[in-house]
Amino acid sequence: MSTKKLGWRELPIGAIITTPGNSVEYKTGAWRALKPVYHKEKCVKCLLCWIHCPEPAIIRHEDDTIEIDYDYCKGCGICANVCPVKAIEMVMER
Amino acid sequence: MTEGRGKPVGLSGDLAVAYAVKQADVDVIAAYPITPQTIIVEKLAEYVNDGELNAAFVPVESEHSALSAVVGASLAGARVFTATASQGLALMYEILWIASGLRTTVVMALANRALSPNINIHCSHDDAYAARDAGWIQFFAENVQEAYDLTLLAFRVSEDKKVLFPSIINLDGFILSHSLERLLVLDDKEVKEFLPPKEPVNPIDPDNPKTYGPLDLYDYYIEHKRQQAEHFKASYPRILELMREFSEFAGREYKPIKTYGLEDAEVAIMILGSSAGTARYVARKLRAKGEKVGVISLTLYRPFPVNELLEAVKGLKALAVMDRSYSFGSPGAQLFMDVTAALINAKEKPLMFNVIYGLGGRDLMPDHIVQVFEMAKQVAKEGEVKEAQVWVGVRE
Amino acid sequence: MLVEVRWHGRGGQGVVTSSELLARAAIKEGMYVYHAPEFGPERRGAPVRAYTRISDEPIELHCGIYEPDAVVVIDPLLQYDVDYILAGIKEGGLLVLNAKEPADVVVAKAKEIKLKVWYVDAYTIAMEIFGRPLYNTPMLGAFVKASGLVKLESVLEAIKDRFAAMGEEIVNKNKEAVKRAYEEVKPYEY
Repeated sequence: MSTKKLGWRELPIGAIITTPGNSVEYKTGAWRALKPVYHKEKCVKCLLCWIHCPEPAIIRHEDDTIEIDYDYCKGCGICANVCPVKAIEMVMER
Repeated sequence: MTEGRGKPVGLSGDLAVAYAVKQADVDVIAAYPITPQTIIVEKLAEYVNDGELNAAFVPVESEHSALSAVVGASLAGARVFTATASQGLALMYEILWIASGLRTTVVMALANRALSPNINIHCSHDDAYAARDAGWIQFFAENVQEAYDLTLLAFRVSEDKKVLFPSIINLDGFILSHSLERLLVLDDKEVKEFLPPKEPVNPIDPDNPKTYGPLDLYDYYIEHKRQQAEHFKASYPRILELMREFSEFAGREYKPIKTYGLEDAEVAIMILGSSAGTARYVARKLRAKGEKVGVISLTLYRPFPVNELLEAVKGLKALAVMDRSYSFGSPGAQLFMDVTAALINAKEKPLMFNVIYGLGGRDLMPDHIVQVFEMAKQVAKEGEVKEAQVWVGVRE
Repeated sequence: MLVEVRWHGRGGQGVVTSSELLARAAIKEGMYVYHAPEFGPERRGAPVRAYTRISDEPIELHCGIYEPDAVVVIDPLLQYDVDYILAGIKEGGLLVLNAKEPADVVVAKAKEIKLKVWYVDAYTIAMEIFGRPLYNTPMLGAFVKASGLVKLESVLEAIKDRFAAMGEEIVNKNKEAVKRAYEEVKPYEY
């Protein structure tokens, strides 16, 4: 996120945002209190966590294992909640 | 008024607007019928159905949807049109602000009709005034010729890169919308000459996605509004340029403000819409008898022509500002507030008072105009305004 | 020059069309016009009015017509409502009636204000040409002769344009009705 705030003359007209998908520039990882930890050895590749993550902050690999994208994960815990084999564990951020 | 270019025909205000919209070759029309605009919408539906106009006609289920649909279409790059009146405008109210803020080029005909309660289908300027803060350019037609010409001009103005704001053409409900007058219509080629196809700015484009109307909190909202305000102000000289261009093209003069008799008038009436013609008709007769009276009317209401008004009122002792609407609890009705605000800091300004007239189609007759001129003369003579707001044409 | 005409009829008789055709004829002659029906609840049989302004200069006046220079009553029975049909008519103005003979009550009032009264039996004309009591076009023909405001040819052309979509037979019948009433209308001698 840019730290310099633009004046009215510099803004695109009509407040139209012309750079698509720029919300990726805003990393929400710092919002976490709890963080999900992925125990790959327990994972059965059902992908329920990937489907349910609201952010979405779960990356799906080719072999259907996953990876948490900690840049955006806000620690809501839905992934841990839906995992049928408890392969995801919520732990304190620090 | 000089004749200018075009073929003489007889059309009602509504039909003249529909004809202009057809000639403008709009792409999308979305409208919901409401008296006295229904004929515009029905005629356009006919044109589309008969293949005379290649446009998408979207029969929406409400005015709120009508404006929403054309806002979306405008952002997609289309030339768009809608029309409404009174309750219909009230229903689309929240989208009015959006149409302007997102810099759409919607053109809307407003067949001015009184707001309920109670159910009244006749002329008041309530609906025109209701839109005055939302950032739309507003024209007022005094007769059917103007309704036709201003519709064509509105497309040109709204879509101009130095403007990019939606516009409203106001025409008095029934008095102009349903009455047939002689007018000159341009031929299709001439219209295309004056009105080239729209060149969209930042249109919706799946290959270059954009966000329209994002969340805009206290860190940016006011900057966006300031930009909109400055751009709206800056559009004024461009609108005047385009009016001059149209005047030259059509051979009929269009200016933001019309004045009659102000070279030597001591008192004047300021009034909008078809009644301006009636006021001028009376002023002519009075001036023939040596009375120094004048009439001011606006063809462009928003942006408000402040400098032109300041110039026009020089030398006037008293000005009666007539409103065909009412603003409860305010220091004066809407046009009165506009005028007094415009003139407040002028070194030279007339005494001003507000006259409420014509609500719900109550006819404004020559006798009423005479009465108002008499009141203005009294104010000028006494050097003070004893009654800041009066009503004419009402049974006490 | 500015002439104001008020037309009286009943809903469904096409009195608004009479006014419109007059306006169109005037446009053909290069004149300026204002034509408006009366705006109110309408139903078949209810008295309705229409208004025309004709001028050789652009018409600025946009209020209603309260003191017509001419009144045309296309329905044969409306003439009995004298106060209604003569309301506001200028002294010395023109009154055109659909009647075999103008009613005494009308004549009495008309004489007082020095109206020029013309009348024609539009019922007979309509029945013979249309087979139905369609008064609007014959009464227009009568008005044209009585007032001299527009030329007969302009009216016939306006009729051709206006009714073209309804077919040649309708156009011709209406033209015939206009012409017959134009011939047969006569001024009333007090």
